Amino acid sequence: MWAFIHKLGSPKWFYDISARLQPWFWVLALALIAVGTVWGLAFAPADYQQGNSFRIIYVHVPAAFLAQSIFVTMAVAGVIFMVWKIKIADMAAAMMAPLGAAMTFVALFSGAVWGVPTWGTWWMWDARLTSMLILLFLYLGVIALRGAFASRDSASRAASVLAMVGVINIPIIKYSVDWWYTLHQPASFTLTERPAMPTEMWLPLLIMVVGFYCFFIAVTLLRTRSEILRREANKRWVRELAGGIR
Amino acid sequence: MPATDRTATGAAMDAPHAEPHGSLGVAFWATLKRDLVLLLRRRSEVMNPLVFFAIVITLFPIGISPDPQLLATIAPGLLWVAALLAALLSLDSLFRADYDDGSLEQLLLTPQPLALLSLAKVTVHWLLTGLPLALMAPLLGIMLALPAGSYAVLALSLALGSASLSLIGAIGAALTVGLSRGGVLLSLLVLPLYIPVLIFGAGAVQAAIFGDGVMAHLAILGALLAVALIFAPWAIAASLRISING
Repeated sequence: MWAFIHKLGSPKWFYDISARLQPWFWVLALALIAVGTVWGLAFAPADYQQGNSFRIIYVHVPAAFLAQSIFVTMAVAGVIFMVWKIKIADMAAAMMAPLGAAMTFVALFSGAVWGVPTWGTWWMWDARLTSMLILLFLYLGVIALRGAFASRDSASRAASVLAMVGVINIPIIKYSVDWWYTLHQPASFTLTERPAMPTEMWLPLLIMVVGFYCFFIAVTLLRTRSEILRREANKRWVRELAGGIR
Repeated sequence: MPATDRTATGAAMDAPHAEPHGSLGVAFWATLKRDLVLLLRRRSEVMNPLVFFAIVITLFPIGISPDPQLLATIAPGLLWVAALLAALLSLDSLFRADYDDGSLEQLLLTPQPLALLSLAKVTVHWLLTGLPLALMAPLLGIMLALPAGSYAVLALSLALGSASLSLIGAIGAALTVGLSRGGVLLSLLVLPLYIPVLIFGAGAVQAAIFGDGVMAHLAILGALLAVALIFAPWAIAASLRISING
């Protein structure tokens, strides 16, 4: 077990194993997203209340799922980095932060687009949208903090601490925003509190969610691999790989 | 001159507590007393957040409308947001002077846990920023035509809430103290984390105006403070170590 973790911590070993894993996740991601998109947009039945506009959930819900999971993953990677000093964990955390921020933005944007036919406005201070907006600010804070340090080691540790602080706060923020919203509730119509969905509706949604997760893993592997090459550029195996030695 | 002040107190404070293995309480009180003395010798720095608070509150009637009825409806939120910004503004100086003259490194080298000593520093910050802001808020409430019966709750909620704000904010201050221009970044990191405190703090004042039960809000503010008291000192200590070593 420990030998496995130590191996996983070695950039070279990770670089090799991820080369073999990566294509599978790309194929899975593309296939699932393609199937889910076609099924969700073309074949799933229209909602009896919202008509076709509900189909935005096939992008919105997976993006929102990812937005939250990526932050948690980032914090877990931060803990692994701080406790066991495994550099790969930090590289992955650094590489997934922009994707998480992008997914949060996608969730916010698709929520706003969905708001036009449903609420008649682009933006409502809906509890979910507000929490998502705060999550976006948290992501931007982590990215900005990492960029502010001149020394990479300090940047990594500072970003890890902030991600951990953020992940403790996310549930607190979420529940206080929910509570605030029920106090000032302007509309009683939220994106996911709907009557139980028929199978033809949620099955493509499930496929999309799994597809988005595979996409996240594939992108993170790809970006982490290039980050390994960048950070380990002076190591012998990287120079051999690049053909630059001798 | 602040520089001469600092060395003078440093010598005065060091003499009775020179032994390296004092009890936790001794270390806590020594840090608390030292910071209080240092800050009270620079009164203008203590006054600045209060003046800022008053000026920001003055801007709103000028920018929105002098109509007392309109002001009364938005007063709880305005007072809370302005106090929160004033507290935020004073955060940058929390560790700055100690970082610049090297006392922070001495603090790191003490045998007592850094978390406890940073808790003492945060306590001083609250005593000289949060508490005065809370005491001043009712005065500004009069100027915003805040309805009667909510003044005590305003002061109490600010006193309770600003303690959490100081604790959470100190994490951000500790993370950015090593950066030469950390001011804007500090607000970016800290403001999203302030949102739960703002919700329940302003909510308490609103509830007092509407005649609802206030205790629930104050209890949650107290709960937030308890959670912050448990976790924040460790995060502050970890962040200070990162900032010093980086």
